[in-house]
Amino acid sequence: MIFNEEFETLPREALEALQLKRLQQVVQRVYHTVGFYRKAFDEAGVSPDDIKTLDDLRRFPFTTKGDLRDNYPFGLFAVPMSNVVRLHASSGMTGRATVVGYTKKDIETWSRLMARSFVAAGLTKNDIVHNAYGYGLFTGGLGIHYGAELLGASVVPISGGNTKRQIMILQDFGPTAICCTPSYALFLAEQGEEMGADMRSLKLRVGILGAEPWSEKMREEIENRLNITALDIYGLSEIMGPGVAMECREGHQGLHIFEDHFIAEIINPDTGEVLPPGEGGELVFTTITKEAFPLIRYRTRDISMLMTEPCKCGRTHVRMGRVSGRSDDMLIIRGINVFPSQIENVLVGIEGLEPHYQLIVDREGTLDTLEVHVEVSEEVISDSDEVRVLQKIERRIARDIKEYLGVTAKIKLVEPKTLQRFAGKASRVIDRRNI
Amino acid sequence: MKVEQISIFLENRPGGLENVTKVLKDANINIRTLFLADTADFGILRLIVNDVDTAKKVLKENGFSVGRTTVVAVEVPDRPGGLHGILEVLSRSDITVEYMYAFVERSGENAVMIFRFDSTDAAIDVLLKNGITVLPGEKVYSL
Repeated sequence: MIFNEEFETLPREALEALQLKRLQQVVQRVYHTVGFYRKAFDEAGVSPDDIKTLDDLRRFPFTTKGDLRDNYPFGLFAVPMSNVVRLHASSGMTGRATVVGYTKKDIETWSRLMARSFVAAGLTKNDIVHNAYGYGLFTGGLGIHYGAELLGASVVPISGGNTKRQIMILQDFGPTAICCTPSYALFLAEQGEEMGADMRSLKLRVGILGAEPWSEKMREEIENRLNITALDIYGLSEIMGPGVAMECREGHQGLHIFEDHFIAEIINPDTGEVLPPGEGGELVFTTITKEAFPLIRYRTRDISMLMTEPCKCGRTHVRMGRVSGRSDDMLIIRGINVFPSQIENVLVGIEGLEPHYQLIVDREGTLDTLEVHVEVSEEVISDSDEVRVLQKIERRIARDIKEYLGVTAKIKLVEPKTLQRFAGKASRVIDRRNI
Repeated sequence: MKVEQISIFLENRPGGLENVTKVLKDANINIRTLFLADTADFGILRLIVNDVDTAKKVLKENGFSVGRTTVVAVEVPDRPGGLHGILEVLSRSDITVEYMYAFVERSGENAVMIFRFDSTDAAIDVLLKNGITVLPGEKVYSL
């Protein structure tokens, strides 16, 4: 089934003509309403009038997460705040978070794209959707929620956490679809089995899973343990939230990018050169219908590839492969984006710590774990040699990391000068997850 | 009347303690007594040695995180209620014991306990006023 047959199956030629028209409009609009883009375009020697074909987009400069941070919080908004009806933000300390805004029409577009995603997964208004994505500043919860309501499905807004209650509701309410991270789906299966619930005979039939990288192996395991079809959904708050791309039930390979709203490119992350379909590289998106927060050539840092072959579902929109990694040092821990630099910011705010740390990411059973090793300074032990003082420091680090980044970390104080000294920041991370 | 103690931060891992004793052995330092406070992940080793300055210097040179803290050595009568009597005196004066441990050697007929107080000077004052013997550092280092 296809939610919006007309637009999702547009012949390529018509689709590209629509993209071009919308691209020309958005480039004009940001040039005249967002100071950042005017400056960036002028510096790059390009003008909105230069867009004659879709390929002309390549001459325009990229927008990066750094640009978003530099313009924190609302510097890149293209409409006055009176037209903004919703704000979302990524985790992070003040000034480092990325803030996004939506007009009423943006929320409608987002809801429709989510409804498209649900229909691509085989859902109808008769489904009950168990939404275990977090509600709040994170786009996952509300994005899924609005889309399911628009479709007319019944939403259970359970949000994240409280696993025992989730399992009770899965048994009692009989939801037919579940939305969460793939690792949480596995965690639910595991916990349910432990509680003695028969997780294979629930009414669940579809999982719409995303917000973190996963593999075919994980898909098989989730499908087996919950007896469902597990499908991949992609999105990021900067571009919109969940529903930028969705795997279709029929094709089951690659996620359709909703190209009447987004233009996708794959680039070489080192040179910025645009790569042809089928080649792996960094995903870059341009939003062509968003009002409040349009982005031109936004570098997602997600590594993927584009597939242009026709799909058996009938959708003409290009597909992206599974995200296979990142071109920066961002970690995704239980669906939460974490940059090592954010942890460093927390550490430098606490007295008595050396700025030497190491992050160890692992997966225990089905859940990601983050361990932070920090060197203790001489001053701490000179001031007081009591265990409780050091334990207080450990608790303070864990609390600050939880508060600022929303992620639970185990803290381990280590002896000074025992952590390897690195020139590059990426090597501060040991990722032992074998996804 | 105070005793200087060395505190060392140690991770819990095989050979952690041995590294400390090796450094001290090589510098010809004698450990008078020690106490190890431990948690799941780390420990704090407290040492009283015959030569505090050298011990601290060599440990630092070998990359340890070393602190120097002040503790009090108290003579405790070696009979039932001996320690209790001392603790009673301290609690009456609102002095908190952060931690304490026993000294290996005796001082005459008495046992020796090492105390770490929240306020060292006030504690010494109270102990002396109540006729309890507090041993000076020099005596403890060479007991």
